[in-house]
Amino acid sequence: MRFLATAEQREFARTLDALLGACGTPAVARAWAAGEHKPGRELWARIAAAGVFALAVPERHGGMGPLPVELALSFVELGRHAVPGPLAETVAAAAFLERLGESATAPELLPRIAAGDAVVSLCVRGPFAVDADAADAVLVVEGDTVRRTVAHGPVQASLDPARRPARPLGGDVLATGPAVAAAAAHAVEVARLVTAAQSLGLGRALLAATVSYAKQRTQFHRPIGSFQAVKHRLANTLIGLEFAQPLVYAAALALAADAPSAGREVAAAKVAAGEAAHAAALTALQVHGAVGYTAELDLSLWIRKARPLRDAWGTPAECRARVLAAS
Amino acid sequence: MDLDLTAADEAFRAEARAWLSAQVPAVPLPSLETAEGFSAHREWEHRLAADRWSVVSWPEEYGGRGASLLQWLLFEEEYYAAGAPGRVGQNGISLLAPTLFEHGTDEQRARVLGPMARGEVIWAQAWSEPESGSDLASLRSTAVRTDGGWLLNGQKTWSSRAAFADRAFGLFRSDPDAARPHQGLSYLMFALDAPGVTVRPLGRLDGKPAFAELFLDEVFVPDADVIGEPGRGWQVAMSTAGNERGLTLRSPGRFTAAAGRLAALWREAPQTAGPALGERVADALIGARAYQLFAYAHASRLAAGGSIGAESSLNKVFWSELDIALHETALDLLGPYGMLADDADEAPAHGSWAEGYTFSLAGPIYAGTNEIQRDIIAERLLGLPKGRR
Repeated sequence: MRFLATAEQREFARTLDALLGACGTPAVARAWAAGEHKPGRELWARIAAAGVFALAVPERHGGMGPLPVELALSFVELGRHAVPGPLAETVAAAAFLERLGESATAPELLPRIAAGDAVVSLCVRGPFAVDADAADAVLVVEGDTVRRTVAHGPVQASLDPARRPARPLGGDVLATGPAVAAAAAHAVEVARLVTAAQSLGLGRALLAATVSYAKQRTQFHRPIGSFQAVKHRLANTLIGLEFAQPLVYAAALALAADAPSAGREVAAAKVAAGEAAHAAALTALQVHGAVGYTAELDLSLWIRKARPLRDAWGTPAECRARVLAAS
Repeated sequence: MDLDLTAADEAFRAEARAWLSAQVPAVPLPSLETAEGFSAHREWEHRLAADRWSVVSWPEEYGGRGASLLQWLLFEEEYYAAGAPGRVGQNGISLLAPTLFEHGTDEQRARVLGPMARGEVIWAQAWSEPESGSDLASLRSTAVRTDGGWLLNGQKTWSSRAAFADRAFGLFRSDPDAARPHQGLSYLMFALDAPGVTVRPLGRLDGKPAFAELFLDEVFVPDADVIGEPGRGWQVAMSTAGNERGLTLRSPGRFTAAAGRLAALWREAPQTAGPALGERVADALIGARAYQLFAYAHASRLAAGGSIGAESSLNKVFWSELDIALHETALDLLGPYGMLADDADEAPAHGSWAEGYTFSLAGPIYAGTNEIQRDIIAERLLGLPKGRR
């Protein structure tokens, strides 16, 4: 057993972290929230060039995957930098198409996903498709049927302004039958895993920013980070993240091995990472105080992501039920 | 990155499982916190040691198997899954032994470790004093130089199982003129039946008599029983305190087994138990799995040449709070039976939830309170400035 990221995996994550750090993601996220997708698409292309989307696409369709462990590691970095867009949905759509088997859509869409030319939204659990207005394709699964559309209803305002839900409309039936439901179930696992990883990265960034603020911000002539009430809250936040991380890695390994335990492992990771990041957001807000409550502060982009990510692709209650059913 | 076991690790696990399934007593031993249970558990330690399962991670020359940290984790998983008895030798094995491996002499190791591994000598910890709990460095019991050794005076308290144990190890102020409270302390071993030692049993919250306070009046300790350099006891104690806070005191195997038993309780629970309790059962399963995986990562880091320091404080807070939540959930599932002591006539036949519950309440206190652990996490892992406690 070597339950540690390899040197290559760590280097890959570091490179992605550095790349994203230089991209000015807060401005990209603000533009995305305003419905201006151009900076987001440019960032999307750079993420694709770094190889992230190819991790979800099999070799025969122009990718290098599926590689759930590397995907999870890259989604930690995407979360750390609050990258906007239907990242999990695109990766889950790739998993769906790959699992569905040969069709006309897979050879058309999968290479474009790998290359970063296709932004895809996937709606399995209705009623909304995230960022449908920015997507080149929207896949909608209902029971045994999958449709493909680009049409959608009005974009709904949401808690995370850079996460824009809309009802998918119309579209042609791509496939129907039990294979659709099975592929969709697999896609949900993948979406859950990368969303958990995204939460983990988001939580890490929230904690780092808050620790740094607590060292600088002075009240009563002392840095607020020297007060025990503040310290203990930050310590709790670290504990939550540190114990969520191995669950995320183990879930990725289980998915990579197609293990029977994968559903349970992924659900456990989703609960722990989603809750840890949500707690990190509440801590960040509280420790920053009133300045944390302002939209001008870039940190608000991270704070507002935490709760929707915690619930996306399986609420904590749903995922706990999954863990319980498999125990 | 992988979670795969080598053939050697699998074989080790299988051997442990086979031995345990043949040897674990069918009827649980009486509580090890009572005089009767203490001797039954001592007997069990002897059986473990006879087949070299008592201290698997120690070198073979001291009765161990030279097992890796990962193998130790696997052994613990098997041990608790098999429902094997609690470890009465715990304090010596998890605290004193690592100290002796790091700071002891060959003579001390040869003399102390064998009887410890066989359960012939059970060790108690004599650190806390009435006025020195979390602020351990303020301790006042003294060790004064005398011919060929030291004379101990003072009072130690809240010493687990000292009521029944044979010997104790502790910290004493040997240089009252040292500049700072952490300096001038010495780490010594002494017999609990030595002249000048008075052991006064102290009932615990659960009514069990295993706690004790120790009164020391001119107790002689030969130089051979000082661990490390006199005056450097704090450094000696702290270099291995991480062992207690971390894995070796409360291994993940305890919690994966307990969470499994909790899930079984949930499956038998009446419909009226409600979904909120189910969520808490799921959280116990998730928490136990997280701790197990965290420990695997920890073992992998050590095997790759890394080290572990203040990270052990993360463990301590995590397992102690998991333990309470898990037992609270069990009691809630038991409904009206939850209030019954384990030895009540009508106690549920699901094992020792009541004793486990009360014992779990001590978790955030012993081995360094969780408040102290959170200070350590904040200051050493997050780099926050020191402040007044």
